[in-house]
Amino acid sequence: MSLLADPRWGEALAHLPDYLGNHVRVSLAALALGLVVSLPLAILTRNRPAPRGMLLAFASIVQTVPGLAMLALFYPLLLAAASVTLAWFGVSFSAFGFLPAMLALALYSMLPVLRNGITGLNGIDPALIEAAKGVGMTARQSLLMVELPLALPVMMAGIRTAAVWVIGTATLSTPIGQTSLGNYIFAGLQTQNWVFVLFGCFASALLALAVDQLLGLIERGLRHRNRLRAALGCVGIAALVAATLVPAMGRSSQGYVVGAKTFAEQYVLSALLKDRLQVAGLSATVRSGLGSSVIFEALKAGDIDLYVDYSGTLWANQLHRADIRPRTELLAELKTALARDKITLLGELGFENAYALVMPRQRADSLGIRTIADLAAHAPSMSIAGDYEFFSRPEWAALQKAYGLSFRAQRQMQPDFMYAAIASGEVDVIAGYTSDGLIAKYDLTTLDDPRQAIPPYDAILLLAPKRAGDERLQAALKPLLGKIGIATMREANLRASGNDANSSPDAVAKWLWETVKQR
Amino acid sequence: MPAKLAISYRHVVKCFGRLKAVDDVSLDIAEGEFMVIVGGSGSGKTTLLRLANRLIEADGGNITVEGRNVSNVDPVALRRRIGYVFQSGGLFPHLSVADNIGITPKLLGMPTANISARVDELLELVQLDRAAHRDRLPEALSGGQRQRVGVARALAARPRIVLMDEPFGALDPLTRDALGDDYRSLHRKLGLTSVMITHDMTEAILLADRIAVMRAGKLLAQGTPKELTKSGDAYVTELLRTPRRQVERLNALLPESGCA
Repeated sequence: MSLLADPRWGEALAHLPDYLGNHVRVSLAALALGLVVSLPLAILTRNRPAPRGMLLAFASIVQTVPGLAMLALFYPLLLAAASVTLAWFGVSFSAFGFLPAMLALALYSMLPVLRNGITGLNGIDPALIEAAKGVGMTARQSLLMVELPLALPVMMAGIRTAAVWVIGTATLSTPIGQTSLGNYIFAGLQTQNWVFVLFGCFASALLALAVDQLLGLIERGLRHRNRLRAALGCVGIAALVAATLVPAMGRSSQGYVVGAKTFAEQYVLSALLKDRLQVAGLSATVRSGLGSSVIFEALKAGDIDLYVDYSGTLWANQLHRADIRPRTELLAELKTALARDKITLLGELGFENAYALVMPRQRADSLGIRTIADLAAHAPSMSIAGDYEFFSRPEWAALQKAYGLSFRAQRQMQPDFMYAAIASGEVDVIAGYTSDGLIAKYDLTTLDDPRQAIPPYDAILLLAPKRAGDERLQAALKPLLGKIGIATMREANLRASGNDANSSPDAVAKWLWETVKQR
Repeated sequence: MPAKLAISYRHVVKCFGRLKAVDDVSLDIAEGEFMVIVGGSGSGKTTLLRLANRLIEADGGNITVEGRNVSNVDPVALRRRIGYVFQSGGLFPHLSVADNIGITPKLLGMPTANISARVDELLELVQLDRAAHRDRLPEALSGGQRQRVGVARALAARPRIVLMDEPFGALDPLTRDALGDDYRSLHRKLGLTSVMITHDMTEAILLADRIAVMRAGKLLAQGTPKELTKSGDAYVTELLRTPRRQVERLNALLPESGCA
């Protein structure tokens, strides 16, 4: 099938008003806030070298923080701020989505605006400032009639740079809950949907280009005192904002919001949950691509209503427990702990997505290896590969301790390559994920863990505090509990990793439901 | 009866750090007078000029303009009342010739239509073609034209006093001569008090009613060109001798005007 005839273009297009609208709103709001803060600062510090130096140093440091980290940092920061305002003034606000994204992006826009503003104002011939004074201008008149107009081209160049940066970086605000054109990119990368990735990249590049050109039009209009041009540029920007506000106003209340983390299994499961709610007559939308640390807080704060997490993840990250308990005990304790935050643990879906040591089936059979204990004897002559975090996680330390594991070599790899590496015999063992579809695809086997060194990672369905007593919701979800076995989930994940129309999360979710409902 | 004073400096001192730029200078400039202050670079002549409209604030002594102590006058109002011609024009590059000329009347709140009429009047006064120059940006003008616009701008709000900071210094000799003559006749026609600074004694002698000579912050001598020749100061004598020597050498080198 030719790339252009791919039906996923149509699917991508259907999301455009929502994604683009949110993207434009958050970018332009951030840019406006950045300008409102930076331009006065540039003007105030133009004749004061000491604070000017400090300001530029601060802005430069901000710029060195990677975009993803900056956006992620604002989430806990605002959560803390929200709890303070709640305690002191009795008002709270949502630290999810728009606000943290806008603030982080505004901070990002400051450096180019400040630097160019200061450079532009300081680059003016001092004789002209003297002349402004000489013809009888006040300091204010000199600023408005001489200094700002002369600095305008350099300042506008800074504003245009900032606009392009902000629009580009806004694609990274998806993981903190701000819908943006980044939703295409995050979802596309995780589900190998290159149509979505391309679409997201082109859309944000076109948007950046368009805003840059409109700002350029305004600049030329101001510089050549051409009212028509400046007005056209302003009208263009205003039209862009208006166009993105229309669908936002037209949309009714969102109903239930299903959260999803940033990997394929989560995209599939969230699509399944949304479908189930809609079939039950409840309106539901998916907020996907959320960061692992953001999604739980978002549920707690009620910004999303439900999502699927894994027991071992919450055990370590939310309860901060390092000890390992048997499955049922761990689940029971987790349920009690979550109940203290008024979060409902509705139940398990029926499969685990845990780390597991994985080997080719044939090789394991011929060596007589069924458990990790069997593996220990062969380990010194074998090599192992894991993802970027595995060897620094408590699971690895626990495994080494419990079985006395010691490998000849250990390597870190991108998960996709890890499976290819073991299939080709480049490494002997990998630390894979139990629900990964590639286990079936490459005919691999997961080794048993008789000493229970790896904590259980049962997929569990969580509901926000405000949905605790919601019986319609719970009734719609209960048919899923305990129904999704590991083999089913692996097959679903394998389908989702394909690169065609049948591999979209929605399509896989439909297949998954067809499979599950027959049980 | 002595004429009324337009500007009067009394024991004026201005220091920049440890450097005394103006050192105990007293100088009177009468109404209607064309005063030229002559000195080399670093002599303090520019500082002395700018003290009059408070572009620079004095450290000591008294300065009065039209009878009022300048330190008691709002500096912005003072500057709008005194015309100022900057070295090499000082025109605002983003404003048209007309907007440059009309800037001070605009700051004073004159209605737009009146400003427009005044600009036309001034363009005629400084002999610039209205149609050709009105809407141009300064970058499109020659050096001489720019300085004519500078003079027009200084005169726009009908000041009685005009200060000029080496206005013709950067121009070619022909343009410079023509502009000097034209300004001199404007000075007479409009009844202005003009204070101009220059490093060129020839220019000073040709334009000035009276000349003041400065060196290292001190006022060495003042008077009509004729009076200056009687000054006993060696520097002043040397300054005056130079133009004459040049004329003698020129006469020796060039044949007498044979084609007249």
